[in-house]
Order: sequence, then structure tokens, then C-alpha cells
Amino acid sequence: MTMKQAFRKTLALGALALAVTASPLLAQESVATLRGGTPLAENASPPPIAPVKNTDLRQVRNYPEQPPLIPHKIDGYQIDRNANQCLTCHSRTAVEISQAPMVSITHFMSRDNQFLASVTPRRYFCNQCHVPQGQTRDLVENGFVDIDQVLEYVSGQEDN
Amino acid sequence: MFGFLRRTWGVIKRPSVHYSLGALTMGGFIMGIVFWGGFNTALEVTNTEAFCTSCHEMRDNVFEELKPTIHYSNRSGVRATCPDCHVPHDWTNKIARKMQASKEVWGKIFGTINTREKFLEHRLTLAQNEWSRLEANDSLECRNCHSAESMDITRQSKRASEAHERFLFTGEKTCINCHKGIAHELPDLGQAGLLNGH
Repeated sequence: MTMKQAFRKTLALGALALAVTASPLLAQESVATLRGGTPLAENASPPPIAPVKNTDLRQVRNYPEQPPLIPHKIDGYQIDRNANQCLTCHSRTAVEISQAPMVSITHFMSRDNQFLASVTPRRYFCNQCHVPQGQTRDLVENGFVDIDQVLEYVSGQEDN
Repeated sequence: MFGFLRRTWGVIKRPSVHYSLGALTMGGFIMGIVFWGGFNTALEVTNTEAFCTSCHEMRDNVFEELKPTIHYSNRSGVRATCPDCHVPHDWTNKIARKMQASKEVWGKIFGTINTREKFLEHRLTLAQNEWSRLEANDSLECRNCHSAESMDITRQSKRASEAHERFLFTGEKTCINCHKGIAHELPDLGQAGLLNGH
């Protein structure tokens, strides 16, 4: 190692050390977080709870595997060992009276792909995946486009 | 026995010797007010939320469960207390219910549900008692406040208005058939044979 090389290495390490020590300071000033401007040691006052869409109209899924949104209020619905109030309308036998969509048949499958007589325990807690849509602004900017738009874009590129 | 009855009847039939007619009628009138007023006051005292929640069985179980529901806290601040749903408002029915409640006094004295475990064990039976009572009286206590005539279904969500048109207005079902578990937690519906609702 020549003198010049050693000097360069020291310089690089020094710059790295500086970057590591300085970055939290920089981050604190420039990175926007969901916390807003409240100092870390204090609690921000939470925003008001947004009302949920209660239109009873089914929403488009952004991708086929998306758990469908719940298009109605679910305040106080009991889902526990004793009762599942979602299933009082959405179970296989209840839909004739309720005219609600039946729980997907995939929810009857055990993890070994065996169909059970009723909803499997791993799919029992509906709101692990299904949620109502809050009437609120996006917290962060979201540039998501669905597959149809991607395909359209690709075919547009090919045409040119 | 027969002699005793005859003697009593003799006393009642004979005119009063020491008291004037005025004193007797006024005394009777005043005592009537005192007794009737006292009875009604006592009845009303037992018909308050404070009375119901003075026992830990109600305060720690069902009352706690009521608190997060719409019948306890809501946007307009109107609220239902225990007797609004569990005791008929009409006098005759109220007295009938109060007489049935003597069994609940028995349960209190002998501690039928004096622990959380015992309460959970009895939850299904207790719920079924109330469900069958409300089914039998066409959800009378619900209808003390909620009337089908005043229900503006255009102000309801699509789902709610359709259900009310199909089942409530036709008289096919009564409130409690669909609205179980709105004020307290549901018992094990599998045991109740109600797993699939309605």
C-alpha cells in the first residue's frame, strides 16, 4: 500500500464516519413521518376517527387476490369464540334470508386444501383481512396502478 | 277459624265508638296516599339503572358490556337504561314482570351468578330468557322508543331499509329476531343452535 492509497482510505473512512453520525440529524429534519411535527417525547393529539363508507355497494378490487372491502359499517360486531356476527348474514345458510354475498368457498378450506363443513378457524376472524373503507385522505402519496392499466400501457408501447 | 272470621266481620260492621267519621275517612285517605305513594316510589327505585348496577353481578358483567354500545353512548346523547329494555313501561305488564323478578331476588340471595365464571356459564340461559320474552311480546320494549311508523327508511342504508321492508313491515319478524347481541355480548351461538343467524 502506497502512502497515497493509505491517505485515500483514511479519507473514505472519515467521510463514512461523518455520514453515519450526521445522518440521524439530517433525517430528523428532512424525512416526513406519519407522526407529523410533534417531538418524539410528546404525544400528538390523534386525528378524529374518519367515518366509513356505508353505501352497501361493492367496491372494485385493486388486484384479484385483494380481500373485498366491507361496504358497510361494522361498529360493535362481535367476532369471538362465542359468536361471529358477520356470519349471521354471510354464512352459507344465512344468505337466502340476508341476500348478502356468501363467504368465499376458499374460506372453507383447511391449510391442507381440504374442504370443511364450515368456515375454517384460520379464516374465522373476518376483519383480519376485510375492512370497511374510511372516508379519509391518503396518508402518503400512492402511485399504484392495477394490472389492466399496466397491460394497456404495454400494448400502447408496442403499437408505437 | 270460622268464629274468628265472624268476630272480625262483627267489628267491621259495627259503627265506630271512639273515632268520628271525619277522622276515619281522613285517616284512611291520608294513609292511602302514604301507602300507595310509598309503593310506587319503591317500585320506581327498583326501576333505575343505579339500583340495577348496585349489585356487582350487573355492574361488572352486563353493564360493562352495555357501555360501548349505541344504547349507552351515541351522537345525540339519548340513552336507554336497564329498565327501558328489560321492564315493560305499561303498569300491568310492569307489575307482572316485577313479580317474575322475585325469582331473580332468589338468585341474588343464593349467588346463582355471583362470580364471572358462573355468569358465563349461565349467559346462554339468561340470553335465551330475554330473547323468548321479546319474541313473545313482539319486542315491546324496543318499540317503546322505536316505532315502525316513525321509521324513515329513506334515511337508512340500503341494506337496512331492504331488511326492514321485507321483515319488519310485513310482520314476518320482530326486532329481536335480527338484533340480538346489540346491547350485551352474545352467548355461544353454536350451543344456542343459532350458528347461522336469524
